[in-house]
Amino acid sequence: MPTIGVNKAELYKELGKEYTRDDFDELCFEFGIELDEDTTGTEEPPQLKIEIPANRYDMLCFEGIAMNLNVFLGRQSMPNYTLKPPSNGQLLTVTVSEDTAKIRQYFSCAVLRNIKFTKARYESFIALQDKLHQNLARQRTLVAIGTHDLDTIEGPFTYEALPPDEIKFAPLNQTKEMTGTQMMEFYEKDKHLSRYLPIIRSSPVYPIIYDKNRTVLSMPPIINSNHSKITLDTKNVFIDITATDKTKLEIVNHIIVTMFSQYCEEPFTVEPVKIISDHNGETRETPDLTPRSTQASAAYINSVCGLSESRQTLCDLLKKMCYHAKPSTTDEDILDVDIPVTRADVLHQADIMEDAAIAYGFNNLPRHFPTTQAATAAALPINKLADIVRLESAMAGWAEVMPLILCSHDENYAWLNKSDDGKAVRLANPKTAEYQIVRTSLLPGLLKTIRENRRHAVPMKIFEVSDVAFKDAKAERRSRNERHFAACWYGKSAGFEQVHGLLDRIMLMLKSAFITREDGLKDPAVQGYWIEEVDDSTYLPGHAAAIYLQLAGGKAQQIGTFGMLHPTVLKHFELPFPASTLELNVEVFL
Amino acid sequence: MPGTRGPVPVPVQNGDRDLTLQILEAVDENASVKTSETFPNASQTEVKAALDRLASRQMIEYETDDSEEVVLTGEGQQIVDEGSHEFKVWDAVRKAGRMSLKDQALATPSAKVGQGNAFKLKWIKKDGDSLIPLTDSVTDTTREVLQYVAEHRALQNPRDLKDLRKRTLVTTQKIITYDARKGPRWARDIPVEVTDLTADMLADGSWKTANFKPYNFKALGEQSQGVGALHPLNKVREEFRKIFFNLGFTEMPTGRFVDTGFWNFDALFVPQQHPARDMQDTFYVSDPPEAGPPGPDPEADAALNAMEEEDRDEEDSDPPTRPTQQPTKHLDYAQYYANVRATHQDGAFGSIGYRYPYNDAEPRRLVLRTHTTAVSTYCLHRLAANPRPAKYFSIDRVFRNETVDATHLAEFHQVEGVIADYGLTLGGLQGFLRRFFKKMGLVGLKFKPAYNPYTEPSMEVFAYHRGLGKLVEIGNSGMFRPEMLLAMGLPEDLRVYGFGLSLERPTMIKYGVNNIRELLGHKVDLGFIEGNAAVRLDKA
Repeated sequence: MPTIGVNKAELYKELGKEYTRDDFDELCFEFGIELDEDTTGTEEPPQLKIEIPANRYDMLCFEGIAMNLNVFLGRQSMPNYTLKPPSNGQLLTVTVSEDTAKIRQYFSCAVLRNIKFTKARYESFIALQDKLHQNLARQRTLVAIGTHDLDTIEGPFTYEALPPDEIKFAPLNQTKEMTGTQMMEFYEKDKHLSRYLPIIRSSPVYPIIYDKNRTVLSMPPIINSNHSKITLDTKNVFIDITATDKTKLEIVNHIIVTMFSQYCEEPFTVEPVKIISDHNGETRETPDLTPRSTQASAAYINSVCGLSESRQTLCDLLKKMCYHAKPSTTDEDILDVDIPVTRADVLHQADIMEDAAIAYGFNNLPRHFPTTQAATAAALPINKLADIVRLESAMAGWAEVMPLILCSHDENYAWLNKSDDGKAVRLANPKTAEYQIVRTSLLPGLLKTIRENRRHAVPMKIFEVSDVAFKDAKAERRSRNERHFAACWYGKSAGFEQVHGLLDRIMLMLKSAFITREDGLKDPAVQGYWIEEVDDSTYLPGHAAAIYLQLAGGKAQQIGTFGMLHPTVLKHFELPFPASTLELNVEVFL
Repeated sequence: MPGTRGPVPVPVQNGDRDLTLQILEAVDENASVKTSETFPNASQTEVKAALDRLASRQMIEYETDDSEEVVLTGEGQQIVDEGSHEFKVWDAVRKAGRMSLKDQALATPSAKVGQGNAFKLKWIKKDGDSLIPLTDSVTDTTREVLQYVAEHRALQNPRDLKDLRKRTLVTTQKIITYDARKGPRWARDIPVEVTDLTADMLADGSWKTANFKPYNFKALGEQSQGVGALHPLNKVREEFRKIFFNLGFTEMPTGRFVDTGFWNFDALFVPQQHPARDMQDTFYVSDPPEAGPPGPDPEADAALNAMEEEDRDEEDSDPPTRPTQQPTKHLDYAQYYANVRATHQDGAFGSIGYRYPYNDAEPRRLVLRTHTTAVSTYCLHRLAANPRPAKYFSIDRVFRNETVDATHLAEFHQVEGVIADYGLTLGGLQGFLRRFFKKMGLVGLKFKPAYNPYTEPSMEVFAYHRGLGKLVEIGNSGMFRPEMLLAMGLPEDLRVYGFGLSLERPTMIKYGVNNIRELLGHKVDLGFIEGNAAVRLDKA
């Protein structure tokens, strides 16, 4: 969630009240934002750091927070944003070239006339662009914004896509002219800009915006030109917006102009710009500030909120959340709702319903426990089975541990003297080598737990009943979990017979008799297990056994192994004492 | 093992003569024995052990006397032996008659101190660059005071202590002495004692005359109980499960760490550009490379069917406790996928959608599930075959590609509940959560509007934390969005609550654990696992 820092004194002035910390906390809580920090005492002037829900782009700056809270408090009504074309009726034009489709095809634009910046407004204007770039625009990949002093440039404008070497201008805060290619090198080490370079770097053409004199405005999404940069004294602001996402393009335009048109000589007016983009059918005038008209059902809102308010009351509630709503004259249930362009987060009448509930007060809603018909209290069969093994192991004197499921490739294979069997799920983007694969065995976690507890008295007797995962080409997820049981004895002697004894105990509790292979072959109806010496590189030769289970009426299958750990395994896990381990698949008992 | 707890022999001799016997002798001969006086050379721990041995049998009684004594430092002892620094200076000057200030004898630090004191006492004076005596005889008070200390281990005038201590001539030390006398079961000899009742004693009847060693009621019992233990986090998990079962919830089949972009994100109406889907936040899988198209999961279905079957009694002819089972509709996964796709890209089911070009590769990407809601989604879609009220829960591991710190691990457990029913209200969810959290002792719930891509309304749940004296967030909740439910084919009036919390956070709050790594993972202390108290969530 984005956090916005606002000047505390200015905000309280705007809200017409000097709030105490508790009162402001309460207001934020009711509205659904969060006061993260009040820097009074540590910063001058004191700031309030306010956490904003990720979909409220209209609250990413001081102006938006103040406006939304004032509307919520009933101190102001939602402004009516209007378009104001130049007095001669001639709109500025931007012609979009077809080549832009190769790299960044959508363009939007607006002009704020006779704006009055102060230092605070100017900083807020820059910060809002930054927040939009980071959040909605996904680090400028989807949308990029450029703002220019209109009095330094001259329409009509063109938005083109050209080979990088044909582009040449002095970028923001530089005096030297550079080509597109040179700029890529120049900004390679720049902490801030370097991360945006890959968005266009390998493209044969770069997006570029020119005025009528071929003066560059900007090379989106990387940088504006130094020539047209805005300052505190800028009167007329030309805003260019380029995008790969058409919807977010207009949202960004709407947010910027609605938040800052209040500082225009004629507040809340915006000068539209004509975009000529016939090749992709995007020729139009931007921005379009018409509220979206939709309908919501009063019965639906009342029903979900558990209320029985009149349509007018609901409309009044919605007014506090920036809507313009009125009861429909043609349908007894319907509210005609106008959603202002600032509220891009509203997708469905569910969003309108939620806003009505917020305006009513979540904590004022009638709270009654729902009567529900569903009442199947049932435990997942595999968890029931696992709990039997867990409880029996603990009762037998073993301690349960919970290591991590992700581990390194070496821990799962090489350290257990195993070669990669290709069965493990591999991660694409782990931050550390600790997490490379999803474990296929519980042993690494047990041995790491022992390693971290070396100072604990020996013997240590630990176990885990949990899932491992294997690749599975047949499954939709191309993998499956498997519930395993594993235990480790660690002490001054290896305790081979201890883990063996635990196996016997668990088998007894799962009604599996100790039999021989011959017994099993003779009577397939008996449920039983036997063990056989096995050659397994994890264990000391001659001290490893495979566990076979024959379910009543089924075929015998190997379900696991146990044995005395090979000294090289102990060394890999930095364990000075001997140990024996046991691991088996418990799903076969389901 | 037999024998280890049989009769105890008379205490073994240590040194020349056993101290226990010496004490018995002394007490026999004197009405009251002060150990520091009678046994000045025995160590205090030995004396105490011997006294306790006798006192536990009530053969003697004793009182402990704490006192402080004054003892000389090395320097103090030197003064007792040789006289004070000022005395030595005066004596040297007197003997010499006249002594140059540059004389070697006056150069030592102690001579400098002595010179100053002798001036103050008017024993000597300066005459040009020499010293001459002013008197023929002096009284060396410092030495006398210290001599008294040497003899009495105390000061004649206690007010001198501070000064002498500052001059590092004396220090004090604590002395514990015991005053012993005969007890109610006085005897000159220690009888043979037995510490335990044995089968042999029962057989031969010797228990009737046996002298049982008194039991030490002040010590802990046998500590090596051969204990097993369940992990504290799993103990909390078990309590949560009991709460869910009490409230009639069915446990969901969560046996899939790997899930698809479709189930984990797209089906939940999480837009493909949502930050949660960043490489920074989500673990993607490189091998296997890609998921199959959405479809039924036979293992999950088998488990769900088995649990529902468990609760169904065909012969029960009472009025049905649930809406009559309707014929099961075929679940069309291709249609479901098309619905999800349309809802994102173009808008559908009353929603304008996100209106971005839907990328069919995203739902095929394999991820480590970032939440168990991926499984809830599967279960809710399954419900569309036969829409009906249902309550599901799960508690299982989820994965986030987080930078590890005291409160974040790449893995943790999510506790999640889902309730589907007709006509559910938002206040009803609050009422339910109040009841749910009350079972773990959390009351005074407050609800804060929040944003979550797949619930609308969304509410963060807060409770008053007594220890911290403020509201703390304890979970998240909401009603699933129509975009998500209608795309599944669920009827419009079937509403669904969802709520969740991590298992670790309430456990950390409850047990004062500050670092999540002390609770989950291989770094957890085994001692913590073995010694952790039983979990009683409803007890403060």
